[in-house]
Amino acid sequence: MTTSLDRIFNVSLVGVGGQGILLTSDVLALAAMHAGLDVKKSEIHGMSQRGGSVISQVRFGAKVHSPIIPDGQSDVLVSFERTEALRWVHLAKPGAKILVNDMDRIPVTVSSGLQAPVQDLDRRLAAYPGLKLVDANPLAIQAGNLRAANIVLLGALSAFVPFAEEHWQSALRERIPAKLLEVNLRAFAAGHAAVG
Amino acid sequence: MKKLLSANQAIAWAAYRAGCRVAAAYPGTPSTEIMEHVAEFKGAIDCEWSVNEKVAMEIGVGASLAGVRALVAMKHVGLNVAMDPLMTFTYVGAIGGMVIVNADDPSMHSSQNEQDNRSLAKFAKCLLFEPADSQETYDMVTAGFELSEKYQVPVIVRTTTRTAHTSTIVDIGSGERGDVPGIPYVKNAQRNVAVPAHGRLMRFAVEKRSVALRELTETTAFNRAESGAGELGIVASGVAYQYVKEVFPEAPVFKVGLSCPPPIERIRAFAAGVKRLVVIEESDPVLAEQIRAAGIPVVEPQTELRMMELNPARLAALRAELLGTPALEAPKPEAGIPVRPPVLCSGCSHRGPFHILSKLKTTVCGDIGCYTLGSAPPLAAMDTCICMGAAIGAAIGMRKAGLPNQRIAAVMGDSTFFHSGMTGLLDVAYNKIPITVMVFDNRITAMTGHQENPGSGHTLLGEISTQVRVADVARAFGIQRVHEADPYDLAALEKIFLECLDSGEPAVVVVRGPCVLHEKWAGKFINEVDAVKCTACGACFRIGCPAIVRGAAKDPAGKRFQSRIDPQFCTGCNLCAQVCKFGAISPAK
Ligand SMILES: Cc1ncc(C[n+]2csc(CCOP(=O)(O)OP(=O)(O)O)c2C)c(N)n1
Ligand code: SF4
Ligand code: SF4
Repeated sequence: MTTSLDRIFNVSLVGVGGQGILLTSDVLALAAMHAGLDVKKSEIHGMSQRGGSVISQVRFGAKVHSPIIPDGQSDVLVSFERTEALRWVHLAKPGAKILVNDMDRIPVTVSSGLQAPVQDLDRRLAAYPGLKLVDANPLAIQAGNLRAANIVLLGALSAFVPFAEEHWQSALRERIPAKLLEVNLRAFAAGHAAVG
Repeated sequence: MKKLLSANQAIAWAAYRAGCRVAAAYPGTPSTEIMEHVAEFKGAIDCEWSVNEKVAMEIGVGASLAGVRALVAMKHVGLNVAMDPLMTFTYVGAIGGMVIVNADDPSMHSSQNEQDNRSLAKFAKCLLFEPADSQETYDMVTAGFELSEKYQVPVIVRTTTRTAHTSTIVDIGSGERGDVPGIPYVKNAQRNVAVPAHGRLMRFAVEKRSVALRELTETTAFNRAESGAGELGIVASGVAYQYVKEVFPEAPVFKVGLSCPPPIERIRAFAAGVKRLVVIEESDPVLAEQIRAAGIPVVEPQTELRMMELNPARLAALRAELLGTPALEAPKPEAGIPVRPPVLCSGCSHRGPFHILSKLKTTVCGDIGCYTLGSAPPLAAMDTCICMGAAIGAAIGMRKAGLPNQRIAAVMGDSTFFHSGMTGLLDVAYNKIPITVMVFDNRITAMTGHQENPGSGHTLLGEISTQVRVADVARAFGIQRVHEADPYDLAALEKIFLECLDSGEPAVVVVRGPCVLHEKWAGKFINEVDAVKCTACGACFRIGCPAIVRGAAKDPAGKRFQSRIDPQFCTGCNLCAQVCKFGAISPAK
C-alpha cells in the first residue's frame, strides 16, 4: 500500500545531543520511503555530543526539492525538551501540532549562572494552541527503557502523519536492533496512545 | 535497488560499485562518514585513515598511477593541506580513475572558515561536479571515475554540509560490485616524473586537455536547460538548484552539474532565450564571474547571497526583488532563549590543564579539536587558533616577536600533533625555541566523532597497530625536557607546567588522559557539595564543568549561589574538589 499526498508534508525534530533525534528522524524518513513517497531528511548536528542543539528536518511528498523547511512551514514540530521547543517554535506553521517531551535539559550556561533562564516557559509554550506535552520519559520507562523516550515521541508523531501502520512497523524493524525491538514497539504504541 | 542514503553514504556505494580499489581520507566534518562507510566494503576497497590530507591525496595519486581507481576524501580546509600534490598531479594526469571528494561548509557549521573550493578546481585545471542530492552524488562519483580515466584528469566532487548530511532516495542499481580491471602498470618516467623538462611538456598537454574538457562540459547531460515560462532565466548549481526549483517553480533553469569548466556556450544559448539572467550558487560568485567574463550579461541582485548557506527564505527575498512577489511570511522567533553552546564534557581530560594554564597567565597558541572549547569562558585559556598544526609555529612567532618574559605554550591534541604538529615541533628543537609544546593526548580524534589515529593503537578497520608515544617523538627530535603528566592531578600539573614554562628552553608536556565520552569513562565515585562548608565563593564554577550547577541556597550575604553537583553528569574526575579551598566537595556516600 502506498500513501498519496497532494502537497509536501514537513516535520522538524529538535532537541539536545544524545537524545536520539537522529535515529527518530531516520525511522520517520524510512517510513515515508516505504509509503512510496519521495523524501529528504536533513540534519545539523555540529558539536551535538558536547551538549549543543540538534535539529533534523524531514520532508515527504510526490517530489521534494529543498531539504530545508522554510520557517513557519512545519506541519508538526517535535521537541525532545521544553526550552528547545520555544527556541524553534517559529519553524511550526501557525496552529500546527507541537509535540513536546515534558522535560527540561537546562543549558549549562544557565545552570552555572552565566545566562538567565527562560522567563515564563510554561505560559509562553501554552500560548501555542497546537501544543501537546507528552510524558515520554515515564512512558519509556514503563515500556522497558528510558532510552526509548525518542520512540515514544515518534509514536505520538505517528498520530499526525498519514502513513499506514505497516510502514511504521517495517521502518522500525529496519532501523532498530533486534534485541531492542520489543521495547521500542511498546514505546511507539504508548506514544501513539498518549495523543490519540 | 533503492535506498535512503546521505551523500556521504552514496559516495561509498558509488566507489564500491565502480570498482574503486584504494581509498584514503583524514576526518573532517562534514566528510568524515565517507570513509566510515567505505570501511563497510573493506574486503573490496583498501581503505585507511591517513595521517593527514596530503598523505591521503598522495596515496590516491600512487594508486591512480599504478592503474587502479582511487577515492580520497576531505573537508574543504583539508584540500589546502593537499594542494601541493594535487597541483602537480594534475600535470602528470590520472591513469586509474581518481575521484577527490571535497566537502565545503557554507555557514561554517563546523569549520573555521567558509572557503569556496570551486575556485581551486579552476586553479588546478581539473573537473569539478556539484551534486544537488544523494542520487546525483552517486551518479557523479560513478561518472567521475570514468571521466578521470578518459581525460587523465583528477575529478573533484564538491559536496556541502547540506548535501553531505541530507538523506535522499538513491537507486544503486543491482548493488553488486562492478568488475573493473586495473590498467597494467608501465614505468614511464617522462610521463610520471615531474622534473622541469617533463613538466614543460606536461604544461602543453594540460592546455590541450582543457580544450577537451571544455568540449565535454558543453555536451554532458549533467549540464542541462530546463524550460519554463517568464522573462527571468536562472543558472543554478549544487543544492542551490533545489531551492530554485522550490521558490521559482515556473522559471526556465539552466542546471549546472559539471561546473568546472563551466558550459559557457550552452549558458550563452540559454541566456539568449530569456530577458534577464541571474546566477544562483552557494558562496563565491565563481560561475557568475566566468559567465560575465564571457560577455553574457548577468543581473547583480541587491539581495545578499554570497555569505552563509542559501535557503528557500533567502531565495524568496531574491524573488521579491526580481519579480515583485511577496517575501515569505514567517513567524518571528521567540526572544530571550539562552544559547546552548557546546562545552567540554564533564570529566574531559582537557579541562584540568586549561585551568592551570589560565591560572599561570600563560599565552596559549591553541589549535583545532575538542580542546578548542577551552577558549570559551569560564576557562578562556586560549589566545590564538588558526588551522590544524598552527599552534606551534604561531607560538614560535610570538616568542620571536618579543614576548621574552611571557610564558608561551602551544597546545594541540594528539591527532592534530600527528597531522601537522610534528614538523612544528622539529622546528622548536632545531632552532632551540624556548616555548613549551603541550599535547593534550586522549589517544583518539574526538572532535570529529572519535576516529582512530597513530596514537590510538588501532587503524580504521580496528586492527591493532603501532601506538606512537608523543614523548618518544619529542625525545627523538632531541628535546631534553619532556614530561608526561596526569590531567586530573592539578598540583602536579602546575608544578610541571611552571618548571617547563619558566625553563628558558624548549620543553614538551604530554598530558595523557581519556576522552570520557569515547571510553564511557566513569570514575569510582561521584562528588557532592557539602551545603554547610560551601561558602558560595564560585571557584568550582570557574572550571566550567557542566555537572556543576547552581544550588538553591545563597551565601550568607545573599548575593551568590552555592554550587550543587548533578549526579547524572558527574564522572568523578575530582577536579572540583581540588579547586575548593573549603573542603566542601567530596565523594557522595
Ligand atoms: C586540515 C583540517 N583537517 C581536518 C579538520 C577537522 N578537524 C578539526 S579538529 C580535528 C581533530 C582533533 O583531534 P585531536 O587533535 O586528537 O583533538 P581532540 O578533538 O581529540 O581533543 C579534525 C580532524 C580541520 N579542521 N582541518
Ligand atoms: S568528546 Fe572527549 S575530548 Fe571532546 S569534550 Fe568530550 S571528553 Fe573531551
Ligand atoms: S568530579 Fe567535579 S569536576 Fe569532575 S565531573 Fe564531577 S562535578 Fe565535574
